Amino acid sequence: MKIAIASGKGGTGKTTVATALALSAVQLPEFKKRVMLADCDVEEPNAHIFMSEESEEITGQEQYGSPSPNHIQWHEQEDIFATVPEVIEERCNYCGECRDICQFNAITVLGQTILVFPEMCHSCLGCFRVCEQNALQHGKRLLGQISKTHVNGIDLVQGELRVGEAMASPLIKAIKKRLPNDDTLVIIDAPPGTSCPVINTLTGTDYAILVTEPTPFGYHDLKLCAEVIKILSIPFGVIINRAGSGYKEVYEWCRKEGIDVLLEIPFDRGVAEAYAAGIPLIQARPDLQGHFSNILKNIVQSMEHLNA
Amino acid sequence: MRKELLILSGKGGTGKTSITAALAHLAAPSKIIADCDVDASDLHLILAPEIRSENDFISGTEAKIRRENCTACGECSAICQFDAIETDDEGIASVNGMACEGCAVCARFCPAEAITMHPCRCGQWFLSDTRFGPMVHSHLFPGEENSGKLVTLVKNQATQQAENLDKKLILVDGPPGIGCPVIASISGADLVLIVTEPTMSGLHDLERVIGLTTHFKVPAAVCLNKCDLNGNMAKAIERYCTDNGIEMIAAIPFDQAFTDAQVQGKAVTELQESGVSQTLEQMWFRLNDMLFSK
Ligand code: SF4
Ligand code: SF4
Ligand code: SF4
Ligand code: SF4
Repeated sequence: MKIAIASGKGGTGKTTVATALALSAVQLPEFKKRVMLADCDVEEPNAHIFMSEESEEITGQEQYGSPSPNHIQWHEQEDIFATVPEVIEERCNYCGECRDICQFNAITVLGQTILVFPEMCHSCLGCFRVCEQNALQHGKRLLGQISKTHVNGIDLVQGELRVGEAMASPLIKAIKKRLPNDDTLVIIDAPPGTSCPVINTLTGTDYAILVTEPTPFGYHDLKLCAEVIKILSIPFGVIINRAGSGYKEVYEWCRKEGIDVLLEIPFDRGVAEAYAAGIPLIQARPDLQGHFSNILKNIVQSMEHLNA
Repeated sequence: MRKELLILSGKGGTGKTSITAALAHLAAPSKIIADCDVDASDLHLILAPEIRSENDFISGTEAKIRRENCTACGECSAICQFDAIETDDEGIASVNGMACEGCAVCARFCPAEAITMHPCRCGQWFLSDTRFGPMVHSHLFPGEENSGKLVTLVKNQATQQAENLDKKLILVDGPPGIGCPVIASISGADLVLIVTEPTMSGLHDLERVIGLTTHFKVPAAVCLNKCDLNGNMAKAIERYCTDNGIEMIAAIPFDQAFTDAQVQGKAVTELQESGVSQTLEQMWFRLNDMLFSK
């Protein structure tokens, strides 16, 4: 079963919720310890920060110079590539067919020169199909890395987009291909927003949890995100983070729309401080673990109900 | 000289938009405000723009299949690399617009010539008036891509407006992340203000954003928001700035006033008693200096 954690914008506590759910799930006999956390927020994957077994030791004394404050030992790392055309010059007759079919301006042909701009290529394979000279061969562009490890009893998978790579969706699709389709509980940390990468992440998931906060920004972003989820027809519920601002619209809207508010995480400076230090929520607030367990149990039950 | 100030943050939730709203309030009237946070724009919730003109954002194309011409040969679904072709029980094909990338390869190879390409209406953009001055902003429809192109469009419109109205400053609320839209927003900026917070991911993102500003040779300054949440991380960020020759021009303690202001639809500096106002005013003076005195 796949549960995606999403939000209309970053910083609402998406990762906090995803890690809390995964850490609660491994304690439950229902999941027979088969729990995976998949970080699809490939531009800023940071679930690993909260999964590290020595996370409490993360302090400002760390050397900031390292490319990533990564305290996780990855067991497996795989480079992910996109297919792009590579010209075999001696076969090319500069007919320009490949340039004409390419909708993304990734190929130019001028006189006796052909140039490929791999970073513009969407890997549609159109150019390969139209080249009658067989002058194009499969080259590749690095999209990023998929890393795996096992930590705190959880299989942790993350994608990390190469800095400078503009397209997140192909890497997200690659992560999703690698997710198990058996009875493993997969918690997916989705990218923020409502654009393509979010759609790619959410497609094919069984349930979505939208994380928001009771502020005008949170409310606005929640409505946008709910629009996307409705288009995809995925059942979903809402978790309200930093509750207690006194702003009521989010609650009223959920009631009116018949959307379940699964949990309210009260605003608490201690929680914000724990987040800053890379400490998981349920370690900072052990009293919340029971709530996360119940959320999971309820979702599983309602799914079984749906499938029955 | 006209100047462009871009506000970035890496990941969301650092208070970038709230701080942009405060700058929009503090900066002298001679400016244009541009909201380039096109994926999840929130600035309009504070600035309450009155829309003067509404325009479509058309970008890219999308395939459409004429049902009556389709012979159910299956060619298009074999060709499409993006799983955008769906077939019904009789094998008749249709296009899932959300998944279609507009590569047009199916249209080219459909033996029945049943597929045509159509321009895609991906969103809208607006010219508006606010209590702090004219504003250019937009709305990207859910599930659309090309947000980089929309950023460029909004920025170009803002520059155009600044020229027409002879404004001295373009204040840009930038997109989150470090991807294509951010790169699109950096081009043409005179100064980037990076709003960050003392967290692991705050530092991580700061490094990535500074990597970009350095690459594009645009000067940057840092505003550390919620600076008292984690003393060690705050120090690490300060040290990072010093070592990289980047000025930290403000450190703002965690303050409930930001949320209160948002709930009231105001910039935090518009609140009567907000402790952060003075810090933000000083930050604006410094930014003003960096932008205009040379
Ligand atoms: S289609 Fe083939 S032969 Fe023609 S220009 Fe392209 S690579 Fe060269
Ligand atoms: S694979 Fe598609 S996008 Fe890439 S160069 Fe060829 S035609 Fe263009
Ligand atoms: S290729 Fe053309 S005729 Fe064949 S299934 Fe697709 S739309 Fe129909
Ligand atoms: S235009 Fe390209 S992406 Fe769209 S349906 Fe056709 S082959 Fe697929």
